[in-house]
Amino acid sequence: MSDMRFEVNGVVRVVEAPPIKRLLDVLREDLGLTGAKEGCGEGECGSCSVLLNGELVNSCLVPVLQAEGSQVTTIEGLSDGETLHPVQRCFLEQGGAQCGICTPGMILATCQLLEKHPHPTLEQVREGLAGNLCRCTGYIRIFAAVQAASQALHG
Amino acid sequence: MPTPQPALQIVGTSPQRKEGRAKVLGTARYVDDLALPGMWYGATVRSSVARARIRSIHYGASIPWHEYTVVTAADIPGENTIVHLGKDHPCLADGMVNHPDEPILLLAHPDKAALHKAVAAVQIEYDELPAVFTIEESEAALASGDPQRIVWGEGQHANTFKTYVMTAGDPEQAAEIFRTADFVIEGEYRTGAQEQLYIENNGVIAEYSEQDGVTVRGCLQCPFYVVHALELVFDLPGEKCRVIQTETGGAFGGKEDFPSVIGSHAALLAMKSGHPVKICYDRAEDMAGTTKRHPSRTRHRTAVSRDGQLLAGEIDFALDGGAYATLSPVVLSRGTIHASGPYHWPHLTVRAKAMATNLPPHGAFRGFGAPQSLFAIERHMDKIARTLGLSPEQVRRRNFLATGGHTATGQHLGDKVDMQHLLTRALAESGYHEKRARFDRENPYSSIKRGMGFASFMHGAGFTGSGEGRLNSLVEIELTPEGRPQILVSSTEFGQGTNTILCQVAAETLGIAYDDVLIAQPDTRRVPNSGPTVASRTAMIVGRLVERAARQLCLMLTDAGYPPGEHGFRHAAQGYLAEHGSLCASARYESPSDIFWDDDKYRGEAYPTYAWAVYVAEVAVDTNTYTATVTDFHALQEVGKVLHPVLAAGQIEGGVAQGIGYALHEKCVWQNGHMANNQMTNYIMPTAADLPPIHVHFEETPTLHGAYGAKGIGELPMDGPAPAILNAIEHATGVAFTEIPLLPEDLYEGLTHTAGAGSEELEPANAGPYFSEPMR
Repeated sequence: MSDMRFEVNGVVRVVEAPPIKRLLDVLREDLGLTGAKEGCGEGECGSCSVLLNGELVNSCLVPVLQAEGSQVTTIEGLSDGETLHPVQRCFLEQGGAQCGICTPGMILATCQLLEKHPHPTLEQVREGLAGNLCRCTGYIRIFAAVQAASQALHG
Repeated sequence: MPTPQPALQIVGTSPQRKEGRAKVLGTARYVDDLALPGMWYGATVRSSVARARIRSIHYGASIPWHEYTVVTAADIPGENTIVHLGKDHPCLADGMVNHPDEPILLLAHPDKAALHKAVAAVQIEYDELPAVFTIEESEAALASGDPQRIVWGEGQHANTFKTYVMTAGDPEQAAEIFRTADFVIEGEYRTGAQEQLYIENNGVIAEYSEQDGVTVRGCLQCPFYVVHALELVFDLPGEKCRVIQTETGGAFGGKEDFPSVIGSHAALLAMKSGHPVKICYDRAEDMAGTTKRHPSRTRHRTAVSRDGQLLAGEIDFALDGGAYATLSPVVLSRGTIHASGPYHWPHLTVRAKAMATNLPPHGAFRGFGAPQSLFAIERHMDKIARTLGLSPEQVRRRNFLATGGHTATGQHLGDKVDMQHLLTRALAESGYHEKRARFDRENPYSSIKRGMGFASFMHGAGFTGSGEGRLNSLVEIELTPEGRPQILVSSTEFGQGTNTILCQVAAETLGIAYDDVLIAQPDTRRVPNSGPTVASRTAMIVGRLVERAARQLCLMLTDAGYPPGEHGFRHAAQGYLAEHGSLCASARYESPSDIFWDDDKYRGEAYPTYAWAVYVAEVAVDTNTYTATVTDFHALQEVGKVLHPVLAAGQIEGGVAQGIGYALHEKCVWQNGHMANNQMTNYIMPTAADLPPIHVHFEETPTLHGAYGAKGIGELPMDGPAPAILNAIEHATGVAFTEIPLLPEDLYEGLTHTAGAGSEELEPANAGPYFSEPMR
């Protein structure tokens, strides 16, 4: 066990954990942030996606040691209190969330995508979200949510 | 038509999903997000062989076993069975295993991390017995007459869970027609197992106390199915078996029958350990140990006239049910009824059977037998067309069912059915004719072969035959102390939109805002049994009951002197509550008087109504890499009233995506009955980069049986994509593939050796009674 220090959603957190404990488990078990989900445990489904220093990572593949000194953003850090982040709002309005289990990861992946491509083409959206699996939607309404969020964020 | 409505205010619009905010905020609580005080964790020790007697169980010395709770079949207080339609499925193996990954014993420990090595330290010795892994092997074992090789049942049920014979017309006349018809066309079609692949694995938390009995909460579709299973396992009355559905991360049928297994397991551990116990499978365990779509084999023999009229047909439909019967008889039933497609058959015999093998039991998955038999008929219709030198369109148009016609079960189609129009519109929307002609011109000069194909089909909504009458569903709407209506149903939300559409229906009927209607969490201690959330029945059947209960609520308020029309609903409700304290209205299912079903002869009104559809696929087959890609997809369906256009389109798009996976990507690789590719790394479902644009078109012909005229749509979109895609691939390549999944290696085989695996030469019909073995 060792002490690890990093910033989660703008707040400095110190966690005592084995250095190879998965960041996903630290977030869920030690910090009570259950928005990131485990879907596959091997980096295929993207349900555990979080932003690590602004980059999208599968938190099931990241040992917490690697997060030390970093800034982590989870789905819980996106909204401003009760006010939804534009990406969250567009997912809600466009029907981009069905069962909701992939939604936190999908929304964070969208944030990262729109950071890189403020006005993404459909090809860029398809490519950008290909690491996040959704079994409910066929992705069509997720694409619509991304395009709407692009408009909302960047006009 | 339902009672004439003024313009609808809420039904037919797209308000935000009821639980949507929590989902986008990440605050929705799924079962693995929950923890109870003092909670332990459970794990399952499973068989490593397919069929065997258990000789011994040895607990390795390296583990401090006193820290663990161990449950075996001997700890079960009631019956060692997971009841579905029968009781052949043990809760825990007792002396004998019948498939790989079968649960044998259960472990619980306060530390989740301590379970993995304990599971590995349980050594089980087996005396292995002969096993079968395919329909053919099961048939061969049966034919051998060797009782050692029979893996399930005896006598007429040996290796056979269920058979049906469905006959339309006159068998003697049919025999004469087969002797004299212009053409007799045969074909065999196969579909593979498919994993539901909900992103949230199966999981539950169970508690036990002497006083309250068993409580199970978790992701599940059918709370009362789990109650019934617990009653038997624990020998407790229903009121001491409480089941609560937590937010559920996808299901697709995969959480219909299986939660009874994992729920019973966790509850046994909770009882013995004295602690709440959570079992959440990881992906590998979920994929290896839980149900899949039934693999199938369908054989068609069809007498047709030169101009493409279906004169008589024989269909042999076989499903691989796995090691226990579970839901196979009803999956077989739906597959049997849909085997004839949306066509008129003067004479037809369907012989259907569900066979036992030593694979883990197959179970419910969206479509429930229909995608299998519809794949066969829709590939076979293209074969008929090609054999006769007609177009796929011509052959279908000659044979479509229409208003006033009769289905193969003899069901009179009183509601409007217009397949001719649906086909015309679907082909126009997709540019079918123009593209087909263009691809025919371009393909000879390109290594990318493009093609257009379509499938015409229907899907019956609700339980089959007398099923809805037996379910006898009940819905309630109560007033909260604030005077808000709250819907009480056991119908569950798992992404498809139950919460939202039922609240829309109630709001519309009560004349209040959508946001003012509440829906309770399904908790069997609180909600009545509105039936299972399956079979595309929620919008149509349960929705209609919500509509009726809401009318009843208005009536009760009015009768008590608080008419909601006068000063608004809330005012009336509060007035009533001030005087009477509480109010609860209800509605129970009543079988329509014009619905009759004969379970023995398989004749009558198989479903209250059908949704009708034509799906068109455009494909590109790369003859260098042997990959097939769907490049465009049009889905046109007549589904009665569309309650929520955004959710409805989302259902169709998601179903089409699963159908594309079923056709081209998703293959279960079996090694001695164990799923070898039980990971998302090597079981491939479509990603955002893999799917084409999916264009959804609705036609609305309201049905009398559904809420505001709605029909069920959940399963429908699973039926059409696979045959449409393979029909398109045949157009693109000239090779008639007959089996899914169709992977690049199968395409390579088919395109380089025309008569190779998974394909067949398109020779003119070769008549001959090569199938139709006597049915038991």
